[in-house]
Amino acid sequence: MTRYTADHEWIRLEGGIATVGISNHAQEELGDITYIELPTVGQTLKHGDTLGVVESVKAASDIFAPAGGTVATVNTALEDAPETINAAAESDGWICTLTGVDPTELADLMTPSQYAEFCKD
Amino acid sequence: MIPLIFERSVSGRRALTFPRLTEAEREGPLPLPAEYCADEAPDLPEVSELDVIRHYTRLSQQNYSVDTHFYPLGSCTMKYNPRLCEKVAALDGFAGLHPLLPQLRGGAALTQGALEVLWHSGELLNELTGMAGFTLQPMAGAHGELTGMLLIAAYHRARGDTRRTVLIPDSAHGTNPASAAMAGYSIVAVGTDADGNVDLDDFKARLTPDTAAVMLTCPSTLGLFETHVRELADIAHANGTLLYYDGANLNAMMGRARPGDLGFDVVHLNVHKTLGTPHGGGGPGAGPVGVREALLPFLPAPIVTRSADGTFALDYDRPQSIGYIAPFYGNFGVMLRAYAYMLHLGGNGLREAADHAVLNANYLRVRLQEAFDIPYNRICMHEVLLSAGRQHKTGGIRALDFAKGLIDAGFHPPTIYFPLIVHEAMMIEPTETESKATLDAFADALLRLARLAETDPGAFATMPESTHISRVDETRAARSMVLKA
Repeated sequence: MTRYTADHEWIRLEGGIATVGISNHAQEELGDITYIELPTVGQTLKHGDTLGVVESVKAASDIFAPAGGTVATVNTALEDAPETINAAAESDGWICTLTGVDPTELADLMTPSQYAEFCKD
Repeated sequence: MIPLIFERSVSGRRALTFPRLTEAEREGPLPLPAEYCADEAPDLPEVSELDVIRHYTRLSQQNYSVDTHFYPLGSCTMKYNPRLCEKVAALDGFAGLHPLLPQLRGGAALTQGALEVLWHSGELLNELTGMAGFTLQPMAGAHGELTGMLLIAAYHRARGDTRRTVLIPDSAHGTNPASAAMAGYSIVAVGTDADGNVDLDDFKARLTPDTAAVMLTCPSTLGLFETHVRELADIAHANGTLLYYDGANLNAMMGRARPGDLGFDVVHLNVHKTLGTPHGGGGPGAGPVGVREALLPFLPAPIVTRSADGTFALDYDRPQSIGYIAPFYGNFGVMLRAYAYMLHLGGNGLREAADHAVLNANYLRVRLQEAFDIPYNRICMHEVLLSAGRQHKTGGIRALDFAKGLIDAGFHPPTIYFPLIVHEAMMIEPTETESKATLDAFADALLRLARLAETDPGAFATMPESTHISRVDETRAARSMVLKA
């Protein structure tokens, strides 16, 4: 089940591993993404910590951790092909995975339908 | 496309041909040491003087500037630079001064005029902003911000206070968090409310005993007067927190409201956005910083003082000063232009400039408010913030496309995609010097483009067509940068 933040990140918890990225709506708003700064494997994050930076032709934005956890893997393929985020923000364009995520932290986040409603404004 | 100067190179072509050293000269009484003699000629373009003149003259003809066109780049305040100020700055007595002269024996007598310019500039800035004292040394607006944050840190430190965070609204220029971070602070962002003001509840929630300062831009980067400003100041001061005024938009309220009266403790000015000095291509600039009485001891050394007999001197004896932040006295030539501008316009003239800047922005707001979304549609200050959100939703035409279309219409595009909190933002700042005819021509062009976005959105794809280089692939330029030939 995917959950969304008001800052336009998504998080998907499967089998104790949470995958994190920016939403399709966010990539649309940012426009063509030209650069991404990924987190470091082993880095411990609290909910709301900056886990990376994404830059487009329009703007640079921080990416915030949707939940606390430890960075397990990062999607290094994005370093050479940041456009993957534009093409598939919520699948191949994932940014990192986290372990040790407390599932209850996800309860406050938005469901896909709530997020779709949120993005209408 | 204009070829690069290197591509004009023809082997053996020279502007000046220097005589070769004779054997006798090589061996002569003062031979050039061998380590200073190159074996090969440097890799420079081989061109004639006329080649150089034509190349750079042609490049200069492609410049787009306030001197040639309307330049409504929001948030940047592309003010016209009156030629009188240039003339004053070029006077031999100023332009020929050596910066070490005031420190040489007898030099004080020879530099009284220049010292008076600095001293009196500080006095005028005090009057304009309601502050107690200024340093004119910071060499750019962001340098002023850093200086201001270092002054705030020194103030707290002198009181044994170890506050570590700074509150900054999410609409602020990126230089604010950068300057506060350079001064060692952690940044906490504050949200914006539905009217475009700082969100008071969010502000109160994020203000803690650890908050050293609040950095505010007023009018804000949304082009709006921050209506909560007195309340924010009172809440901050009751918490022992200082209020920093980012003077980026002071042009809109000169002679109408003073940061000092609004409750600010530290102020920086961008003289290129307020007092008619040139927007250097990265410099030289000036970002003077003013402070309230309690922060005077911390100002950088030296400051200019005036003694009872009317003579001016540089005061280096400032034990609590944050120290040197710039060589000598900052960019004297830039402050000189700002000084000339203030005297040229006078107090009433400065107020009139602010009034006209606001009037011009509101004229455009009203002319464009039907055709474009205006996220915060109330009386604006020096700039009007539009959104191309509607056009993007219906026909796929974005702020970027309007910017490209305006180039073909003969105008510099407004600032786009800033502030970041506004969707498809287009920020238009006409400044005070433009006539109604120019404003109308610009508004007509934008309205024409808005109609085109409805009737023929495909037409935008190739814009601009009137420039030497038409639509560039900005994405590819950013993704695959070629930094070396």
